[in-house]
Amino acid sequence: MSEKEYHDERYFIDSDTLSPEALERKHRIETDPSARSNHMEYMKGMEVIQSDIYGKVMSHVDSVDFSKYTARDVLAALDHHTCTVEDFKALLSPAAVPYLEKMAQKAKLETSKHFGNTVYFFTPLYIANYCENYCVYCGFNCYNKIKRMQLSMEQIEHEMKVIADSGMEEVLILTGESRAKSSVEYIGEACKIAHKYFRMVGVEVYPMNTDEYKYLHECGVDYVTVFQETYDKVRYEQLHLLGHKRIYPYRFDSQERALMGGMRGCGFSALLGLSDFRKDALASALHVFYLQKKYPHAEMSLSCPRLRPIVNNDKINPLDVHEKELCQVLCAYRIFMPFVGITVSSRESKEFRNGIVKIAATKVSAGVSTGVGDHEEKYKKDDGQVSKNSEVDESAGGDEQFEINDARSFNTMYKDISDEGLQPVLNDYLFV
Amino acid sequence: MMENDKLVLGGHEFNSRFILGSGKYSLKLIEAAVQYAGAEIITCAVRRANTKEHENILDYIPKSATLLPNTSGARNADEAVRIARLARELGCGDFVKIEIMRDSKYLLPDNYETIKATEILAKEGFVVLPYMHADLNVARDLVNAGAAAVMPLAAPIGSNRGLSAKDFIQILIDEIELPIIVDAGIGKPSQACEAMEMGAAAVMANTALATAGDLPRMAAAFKSAIEAGRNAYLSGMGRVLVRGAAASDPLTGFLRD
Repeated sequence: MSEKEYHDERYFIDSDTLSPEALERKHRIETDPSARSNHMEYMKGMEVIQSDIYGKVMSHVDSVDFSKYTARDVLAALDHHTCTVEDFKALLSPAAVPYLEKMAQKAKLETSKHFGNTVYFFTPLYIANYCENYCVYCGFNCYNKIKRMQLSMEQIEHEMKVIADSGMEEVLILTGESRAKSSVEYIGEACKIAHKYFRMVGVEVYPMNTDEYKYLHECGVDYVTVFQETYDKVRYEQLHLLGHKRIYPYRFDSQERALMGGMRGCGFSALLGLSDFRKDALASALHVFYLQKKYPHAEMSLSCPRLRPIVNNDKINPLDVHEKELCQVLCAYRIFMPFVGITVSSRESKEFRNGIVKIAATKVSAGVSTGVGDHEEKYKKDDGQVSKNSEVDESAGGDEQFEINDARSFNTMYKDISDEGLQPVLNDYLFV
Repeated sequence: MMENDKLVLGGHEFNSRFILGSGKYSLKLIEAAVQYAGAEIITCAVRRANTKEHENILDYIPKSATLLPNTSGARNADEAVRIARLARELGCGDFVKIEIMRDSKYLLPDNYETIKATEILAKEGFVVLPYMHADLNVARDLVNAGAAAVMPLAAPIGSNRGLSAKDFIQILIDEIELPIIVDAGIGKPSQACEAMEMGAAAVMANTALATAGDLPRMAAAFKSAIEAGRNAYLSGMGRVLVRGAAASDPLTGFLRD
């Protein structure tokens, strides 16, 4: 896809509450690259770890030519006992598209060898949606006029109790990216509460320094997820216009800092639809691949989200990444790295998630809200069908980061997964 | 057939030599798997058992079976010891299978840390079954550390590739007094049978069953294969020619006295 086809103007929404000066500044950074800061230059306070991972990953990504792979390369890759990086590139290439069913069969076998028929469950909990970044595709972006909210510790405990009472044993704590509003200590205190209610606590918050990850680990966190969104430096710069998130290399090294801080594992992802999805899929997987070589004890997982509409902008979509392309990427991930967890979130439809857990995915979210403080409201309904954003009382909490697609409750999800012949697993974890 | 042929682990006697995994298939199939496998020992990850009331794996394991909790997830001896103690607190008994991995890709055991954990837990009265690489020196250290058996991996876990480490497992069988239980990588009943023919005391399988189309039937197939291999071993198997045929007229037939 050429750069012109990205149509970035579809992302730009002006709020009626912005002052003329703020609006002028917003337009300037949207349209004039020279008005934006250097996204490759660390900001004050950001730790530099001098990692070698970025160079290893990007040497492949920058040189790959997916058009050179042929059907023969794809078949050879499917035939090999061990999937090499070259094989993986062939499986991601357009030449592999006609072999999707064969890829799915191989992926299913690899998944069953390593995970049997188990599917792990978790639920995300957004504790704040304040954000200092301007990421043009995100519902939380600082210019988007949404209802902002930050939960108090009492509210967090209440939300966690509601979720834990549903049967869930793993929670992923999320915030918008605002150090000012959601300090490391605030997140840490929330995690201490989570540690009381859940067996496994993960965070998906703004990137931190090693000592801060160490502190969160002491608060009970063992898993850190950071999405790079896109590994394409040029696109990254065009999409992340303001804030700490603009600094590409600091974000790239987040997982390594988390592992250096003592975390047990980490999650990775690109948000498919922002740039060339094949390159972003290659980069995401190689990020895991090389970091696993460097930290062999670490447990790694990959997600594969696609762009979704957000509050105030229903034009956002994943462009050329349709379900078939998404399935190809997930199968390629599984064949290349049979040991990694693969998470498929509620961004995808019920039908897709029911199908993909039988092929490649090993972890699904259930009972999802991407808003703030509205679990009780949603869980009361519990059939999963009436809990979409538009049907929830707006006074219940802060607005959502994106529209979810699969709104099934914990109980519905549990039954559906069981009915597919799979074994839901709520806990596979000990904090030791 | 062999009524007096017991598998003895830490003073406990078992008739079955098939140890069954439980972590990769539907909980509702566990009972059928146990029944068709004729298994008396079932492994279970403590991290899976340490769950709340919603479908605890422990509730699906028949009470008649001996539970063999494993320490999967442990990255060093200290973590394995803590998990083993937790298993005991959860009411899982005194058996423990030590699994210590510092590698999330291949899940290969860390022999050094395994020896350390074995020593600590054996002293605490656990019946310790350590999962390990087939290394004779390590096996001897495990004996000295108080292990009740030694569990070498046949091939990478989950690979279904069979007895890749055959020669080294044979050395353990030949040299170590404790039961040698072949663990991990066994993909087919014929491979389990071969391990038993070699003199292994028992075989453990999980993925081979989990990936089968008909799990209870595969459990039954493993049961038969393991019994066949055991009987072949006990019968004192005839020689196997590596190459060529045996000369019917011995080359040394001319010797007179």
